[in-house]
Amino acid sequence: MEEMFQINGTDLVVKVPRELDHHAAEKMNAGADRIVERKNIRRLIYDFGKTEFMDSSGVGAIMGRYRNISLIGGKVQVIHVNERLDKLFHLSGIDKVIEIKKEKSWNKVGNQKGD
Amino acid sequence: MEHTNEMSIEFDSRSCNEGFARVAVAAFLTQLNPTLEEVADVKTAVSEAITNAIIHGYENQVHKIRIECKIAGHELYLTVIDKGKGIEDVRQAMEPLFTTRPEWNRSGMGFAFMEAFMDEVVVVSEPGCGTEVHMKKTVGNRNHEFMD
Repeated sequence: MEEMFQINGTDLVVKVPRELDHHAAEKMNAGADRIVERKNIRRLIYDFGKTEFMDSSGVGAIMGRYRNISLIGGKVQVIHVNERLDKLFHLSGIDKVIEIKKEKSWNKVGNQKGD
Repeated sequence: MEHTNEMSIEFDSRSCNEGFARVAVAAFLTQLNPTLEEVADVKTAVSEAITNAIIHGYENQVHKIRIECKIAGHELYLTVIDKGKGIEDVRQAMEPLFTTRPEWNRSGMGFAFMEAFMDEVVVVSEPGCGTEVHMKKTVGNRNHEFMD
């Protein structure tokens, strides 16, 4: 669990597991929510670099965190998605509110859509 | 007579079995010589149907989920069965973004993903009697020259 989350200042980087289904999403969400509650996190960065499988539970996880962190003026970014995951995010429409990046780009500031 | 082959599995509706169910169906599918994309499509559809059974059908109580698979020629027939609470309004349940559980981080995209990745999705459900999701997909039906 420890290595799934990295805190850099007000950024929380979540290393998304290899398979992100309902089972894995519950653990990931609980961990991320605990950290966001306790620390001053303003940006959640989901790194899908190691992720080979995702279903709609992954979309639900990101949507849920986006709703919560938006209330305190925070952002969510999704990076390192492969073609397959990009298709799933596009089908779900979540790419209209959250920037989905195939490349590592989270060092750029203010590149989220819809602010 | 077309070549057919069938398998079925039954397992507890625990979330730790989601991965097992995906992999079991994917392993059965290999005899059709599927593309990686076809395998991913079927795994996603299985995962969505199983997750629905666990969360919505059985509301996180532990009961049995059954998967029935049949291969006939290049067709995969996949049925996911639970004996849970059933769906009041199937049409509404299948609308993209509709969910009864937004507070549980559900995206409302489960059926939409099944429909996107399978050729046919038919849901048979009655409140109190459970749900059957019947899916069909043509798999590995490439030109013969690419198959050797």
